[in-house]
Amino acid sequence: MITHEIVLPIVLPAVIAAVIALTMRRDIALARTASLASAVALLLLAIALVSLASDGSVRTYALGGWPAPFGIVLVLDRLSALMLLLTAVLAVAVLLYAVNGWDTRGRHFHALLQFQLMGLNGAFLTGDFFNLFVFFEVLLIASYGLMAHGGGARRVGAGVRYVVVNLAASVLFLFAVGLLYAVTGTLNMADLAVKVPDVAAADQALLRSGALLLLLVFAVKGALVPLHFWLPDTYANAPAPVAALFAVLTKVGAYAIIRLFTLAFGEGAGDAAWLAAPWLMPAAMLTLLLGMFGVLAARRLGAMVSFAVLGSMGTLLIAVALFTPPALSAALYYLLHSTLAAGALFLVADLVAERRAGHGDTLVAAPAFAQSGLVGALFLLGAIAMAGLPPMSGFIGKLLILDAARDAFNRNWIWSLMLSTSLLAIIGFARGGSSLFWKSASFPGGLDARQLTRPALTITAAGLLLAANAALVVFAGPVTRYLDATAAQLFAPAGYIDAVLGAEGGNE
Amino acid sequence: MEFLVATAVGMLTATGVYLLLRARSFPVVLGLALLSYAVNVFLFAAGRLAVDLPPVIRAGGDYTDPLPQALVLTAIVISFGMTAVVVVMAARAYVESGSDRVDDEPGGNGDGGDR
Repeated sequence: MITHEIVLPIVLPAVIAAVIALTMRRDIALARTASLASAVALLLLAIALVSLASDGSVRTYALGGWPAPFGIVLVLDRLSALMLLLTAVLAVAVLLYAVNGWDTRGRHFHALLQFQLMGLNGAFLTGDFFNLFVFFEVLLIASYGLMAHGGGARRVGAGVRYVVVNLAASVLFLFAVGLLYAVTGTLNMADLAVKVPDVAAADQALLRSGALLLLLVFAVKGALVPLHFWLPDTYANAPAPVAALFAVLTKVGAYAIIRLFTLAFGEGAGDAAWLAAPWLMPAAMLTLLLGMFGVLAARRLGAMVSFAVLGSMGTLLIAVALFTPPALSAALYYLLHSTLAAGALFLVADLVAERRAGHGDTLVAAPAFAQSGLVGALFLLGAIAMAGLPPMSGFIGKLLILDAARDAFNRNWIWSLMLSTSLLAIIGFARGGSSLFWKSASFPGGLDARQLTRPALTITAAGLLLAANAALVVFAGPVTRYLDATAAQLFAPAGYIDAVLGAEGGNE
Repeated sequence: MEFLVATAVGMLTATGVYLLLRARSFPVVLGLALLSYAVNVFLFAAGRLAVDLPPVIRAGGDYTDPLPQALVLTAIVISFGMTAVVVVMAARAYVESGSDRVDDEPGGNGDGGDR
């Protein structure tokens, strides 16, 4: 029983990207239509896949019909379906925003964006970790193009740094894959989970080095301190719609950590059980602290949001590092929230920059600008969500994490850190917002009236992400039920392993 | 032979890391290339070193693990493409900024930027 819709989220953007690159390179209207149609189709597909996955069974798709562990399998479970949905929502909003002219400042924006979606969807679906490496490279090579989109000395310089850091991380990824293959003789994640408990004592050191090297690689993607240096530089200099899309890029690192370290190095891993926890927790705490200090120190709205993304990765990975089902459920809720909130805020930063000639999104008072009330309201909602104040989703996310940490041995550390850094975020965003909107409103001088391209569309795009954020609050009940079931599924890896290997009668 | 391969991987990695840390575009590109050579040899060794054996299962004969060879091929293709990308971007950055520094420019804090 093969369900072909599992492979569609990879095939569809790949085909559309090639068609756009080959036949629509001179017709931007056609490219926009195709790109947007593909993103909407992905969104509908992702909704269908989430409802498919919500029955709790794990579905697999053997590429080329080769059975696991010899062939590459795609695996659809609750977590991967959820990540597909999140990516699709973000993609639709980003595309709506980019139509205001960002996509004409360089070439091949839409083709690159579709390839990026293909890489993201592939990374979320694959059940083989060499294939995960390949999809990482696909999404990275598309992101290199998107990052440098539009050019400019600073942006290309930041792009080169971003490429070099990620290439170094890719090399480490291959070393880790080589180590794990040398010890276990498999590249399939489910098969790895079966073989890890049986690794001989003499090979334990190699196994652990391999697993921790993988953690290191995912920490680079997820921008954990001390491997975070690339993030503020990259995100603050990337084109706004691209930065908003990159909000989900760090979550690929978080996803990979969750997937690998619950599946293969979880409860049943024998000597290597919960290998990542002691390393992940302190790094996540430092990330949170540094990110929120960065929010205080930033002098541009884009940089401020970048540091807020860093802080939210810290919060997210603190919850992941607890490695309990309620904490993981809370982490996933926070993951959804922080991706949407960061995406919205990056778009708002560009809305501001677009309206202020000469001042961009620097946090200084300048002549009032068009629609400052509307943009200010969007900023307020986004900042409230990001800082974790009610009534937006950040509040619920942080509350769930604090509650899940109730029984942790380092509870006092986690609670005091999360609450005090929330205060830092509130101060940072309040200060930024007051100089951008409040002081500018009473600034002497006339209205800074620039020619805006399609303001209704750009504001709709940012509003869409905030609406998705609000939907997380309104439908918090069903969402948390789904996430609880997701966490339960992740903590019972036998179901995943049986689905991948069981159909062929086990792997021995 | 194990010693030879291990030394080669170690030397390539050490040189690659050293060049990477020079933080100028040409050494960085060379460093990344050397690192990818190192990882290719390492992946090859992950399938155990065997001399004069075909990567095909045959009746009554030994064989060497074919999978790492497939991995190395994939890794070579990807690293070749990535090297091309980084060369183009580094050249573009040099043309636009007049400097081949890969680390942040002196006095810069990653905070500024143009739209």
